[in-house]
Amino acid sequence: MSDIRNDDDMAVLLSTPVDADTLRRLHRRLEQAAEQADLIDVAYTTIDSPVGKLLLAATPKGLVRVAYAGEDHDRVLEALGQKLSPRILHAPKRLEEAAREIDEYFARRRRVFDVTLDLSLSHGFRRLVQTHLPEIEYGQTRSYRDMAELVGNPKAVRAVGTACATNPLPIVVPCHRVLRADGTLGGYVGGIEAKTTLLDLEAAA
Amino acid sequence: MVAQHGATVLRVCRVVLGPHDADDAWSETFLSAMRAYPDLPETANVEAWLVTIAHRKAIDVLRAAKRNPLPVDEVPEAPAGQGVPDVEAAGLWAAVKELPSKQRQAVAYRYVAGLAYAEIAEILGGTVEAARRASADGLKNLRKHYPGAITKGASS
Repeated sequence: MSDIRNDDDMAVLLSTPVDADTLRRLHRRLEQAAEQADLIDVAYTTIDSPVGKLLLAATPKGLVRVAYAGEDHDRVLEALGQKLSPRILHAPKRLEEAAREIDEYFARRRRVFDVTLDLSLSHGFRRLVQTHLPEIEYGQTRSYRDMAELVGNPKAVRAVGTACATNPLPIVVPCHRVLRADGTLGGYVGGIEAKTTLLDLEAAA
Repeated sequence: MVAQHGATVLRVCRVVLGPHDADDAWSETFLSAMRAYPDLPETANVEAWLVTIAHRKAIDVLRAAKRNPLPVDEVPEAPAGQGVPDVEAAGLWAAVKELPSKQRQAVAYRYVAGLAYAEIAEILGGTVEAARRASADGLKNLRKHYPGAITKGASS
């Protein structure tokens, strides 16, 4: 029907393209206004790193998520929306400190992270393990069994593995420092390559 | 949400309000949306919901403009340099501006946001048939006053 085609023409004419700059400008304005009105429950940004693009997300309590590109950032954001709050906004300002510390870590100018963490994405035993991970010092490694003993449950080797695999804050909470008892790497959220990169970085210091 | 629907909402605001007041309505729309979002049922059509909010914001802007009848300048001749529809489309924007507000809104929600007539009826109030008629009339008027669209279409 020609009528339908005409309508399409008109729709195209009315839908003048909205260029990316305009949207970026509007977005920045929204970010400021939303911050002032306390409407951002989860702020996020992405940063480049030697292990690829990282998504950083923070609640008012602290850094809540670090995600590798391989985890699919869109899906991570969707999950954050469901688990924490749908009020998620790209708001790099709130992540400046975390981003700076991660940069310093990769530049070998930082061994311990000081940024405040929000551990609300993990519970129970996993959270317990993740709380103890920063006790493994920079450049050191532990086995899954060591960690199980450290948290007072020597039989829970597998559960420690799961806790490391589901660490919502990789790099900052150093689950990459946990290896298999025979010294082989074991798995890693960011892939084996990322784990090797982090361990090499720390070993070279 | 902003990433997914930001452009559509801006287009809708532009058609309803004109390019220049659209920015404010856009910001206000997403701010209110962020306020209300946690209460939105999961099954809701987010785009229709956003357009509903944009509609209310647009009405606020129009009312405010009526209260302070400042001499409003026409669509500027020089490109504003902010991605606002430029001189080429000035004729179209002038034609859009001349539409009665109900038609202008119906056209925006139908042809820019792509909403169903039932959704438009809910936003504008009134029956589905009235929404259909308003958007058809609006389009007819636009074609009459903006010949560019007619020459493009085949016989109608």
